[in-house]
Amino acid sequence: MASAKEIADKAERDDIQSRWLLSTPALLIVFLAALGPLLIVVVYSFLTPGNYGDVKWQFSTNAWVSVLLERDVFDDTLSLAGAHLSIFWRSVSLSAMTTILTLIFGFPTAYFIATRPEHRRDIWLFLITIPFWTNLLIRTFAMQEVLRNDGIVNWVLQALGITDHPVQLMYTNFAVLAGMVYVFLPLMVLPLYASMEKIDFRLVEAGYDLYATRLQVLRRIIIPLVTPGIVAGSILVFIPSLGAYVTPRVLGGGTNLMIGNLIELQFGQGRNWPLGAALSIALMTIVMVALLFYVRNTTRSDGSHG
Amino acid sequence: MTAIRPAVEAKGVSRIFQGAGQDAVKALDNVSVSIRENEFFTLLGPSGCGKTTLLRLIAGFDYPTDGEILLHGQDIAPLPPFKRPVNTVFQSYALFPHMTVAENIGFGLKMLGKPKAEIAARVDAMLKLVHMQEQRNRRTSQISGGQQQRVALARALAPQPKVLLLDEPLSALDYKLRKEMQIELKRLQHETGITFIFVTHDQEEALTMSDRIAVMSSGNILQVGTPWDVYDRPAERFVADFIGETNFLTGTIESAGNGHARIVLSSGARICATAAKDFQLGSMATLMVRPEHARLVKGTGDLAGTIETIVYFGTDTHIHVRLDGGEAFIVRQQNSRCANCGFERGDKVGIQIGDDAAQLLKD
Repeated sequence: MASAKEIADKAERDDIQSRWLLSTPALLIVFLAALGPLLIVVVYSFLTPGNYGDVKWQFSTNAWVSVLLERDVFDDTLSLAGAHLSIFWRSVSLSAMTTILTLIFGFPTAYFIATRPEHRRDIWLFLITIPFWTNLLIRTFAMQEVLRNDGIVNWVLQALGITDHPVQLMYTNFAVLAGMVYVFLPLMVLPLYASMEKIDFRLVEAGYDLYATRLQVLRRIIIPLVTPGIVAGSILVFIPSLGAYVTPRVLGGGTNLMIGNLIELQFGQGRNWPLGAALSIALMTIVMVALLFYVRNTTRSDGSHG
Repeated sequence: MTAIRPAVEAKGVSRIFQGAGQDAVKALDNVSVSIRENEFFTLLGPSGCGKTTLLRLIAGFDYPTDGEILLHGQDIAPLPPFKRPVNTVFQSYALFPHMTVAENIGFGLKMLGKPKAEIAARVDAMLKLVHMQEQRNRRTSQISGGQQQRVALARALAPQPKVLLLDEPLSALDYKLRKEMQIELKRLQHETGITFIFVTHDQEEALTMSDRIAVMSSGNILQVGTPWDVYDRPAERFVADFIGETNFLTGTIESAGNGHARIVLSSGARICATAAKDFQLGSMATLMVRPEHARLVKGTGDLAGTIETIVYFGTDTHIHVRLDGGEAFIVRQQNSRCANCGFERGDKVGIQIGDDAAQLLKD
């Protein structure tokens, strides 16, 4: 006869065992599909480029040096790689702008949906996700139709007599920004909605009852309560914006590259896989640092409320 | 009585909720009521009777379909809720989860743009008033339900409103805490001198706390009066039934006049009842007798019957009697001594009804 304690211990052991068993597939995917390739990328970034792409197994830090610096062809001196820096800067600033704009457009949208009667919210959420059904490339080309010289925007501007010749919208930072805001807006709306839906709207009534105007209710009650959604949405928009490839390629043309395009260039026409790998790692580092900084800042400002 | 200026006055207020399709719900149907200054006024009724709707109209969270609401004689219809000098204690408390106890209490004053020193002093006074000084820096999620209730109360009282609206504020508390808070609320109302409008479906709560009670049912106010009025002189059957336990007996009016009427029951027993208005002779009428206003006797009384059940309640005993006419009748006896009530199941008993205890009701 086993004592009660032995039975309880065994049950606990079995529980831990089955927990490990259940999490094995997830762990396998994380190790094989995420960490494995990442490790290969790190290794590649320290190798020498092959003649026709690929790599030679020869240790070199050249790729890392040329992420930020460029070697003069004649006197071998190093100077800052202006082209790379401007691409980095464009990527970060466009991504930040995208995040801010999606927040500005997404916040009222999410608030609107969250304040609809429950049975209608699903329809609105469904409408928000419709763009996801179409291929990103096709949506981006549709954006091109809107922005090109004889596209809708220019047609309207000319019809209204605001301008008499087409305004160059395509192949500008503006076009890239407009495209990214359009593509990433749902990624902002959904987490915002998720945290707004949880708000007890009696708190809003309580705010009005305690003499807070609409703006004060927004600032002092709604925004602090939605902060987790704002953080999640910003992360979901900022990270893929930073690595965006299709949108800047189609709408920005060859002149408005972002990091994603630069990396693609190294693996394609550039035939410099180690540099591409180093740039990828650099991009990841930027994302991680930005993320840490952002999360720490927002949680701290949240803490100051109480 | 001295001339008292009403603090809040509703004049012919209706609120119709347009439902899906054709079915419109009349939450309030032409309600008029006048609430006095410094009064503890209770809106009492079952759920769905419109009491919370009336409160929300006064607070400004909702607008009447018809009629007007006056605050100290002034029509408040054009004022949004944040401009009305009334504050609400919500049923769910609705405390701000991202603020501390003290920040919650100071919120209203901060929104009014009061100087920091004044806010701090007032928050301190409020914390003291509700005995919560030690919890001032806690988050609202870290305090108990009773404490949350106190914070909600302090938060609503801090801006010194003219009228305090309380929407079933005690319903989430357990019995003992509720009893405590009832006394606490009564004390606060006394100390602050603010007009309290209290919404509840708990008749006992209404009776113990209120100066006056308005009994509501399906969008109408049936009776407004002191606790004694609505308990002992209910205007109609619904009021008598909703508040406390009551015996109803139906009979024919034999004679009437001088504020009294004599009714013959089906068993032939005759009962003299007070009648607020004239009833037609020979017509059927219902009368009520409160169980504690009747007394069991061994011999003959006003009514006769057989004991069916005896239920012991500690403080008193309920004796269920089947009258000879077939009606059920409950007699409540206080257990003044430790002995049992002196009656057994199956005993033939008489029931003595006190003077003016029976009352005719309009249906």
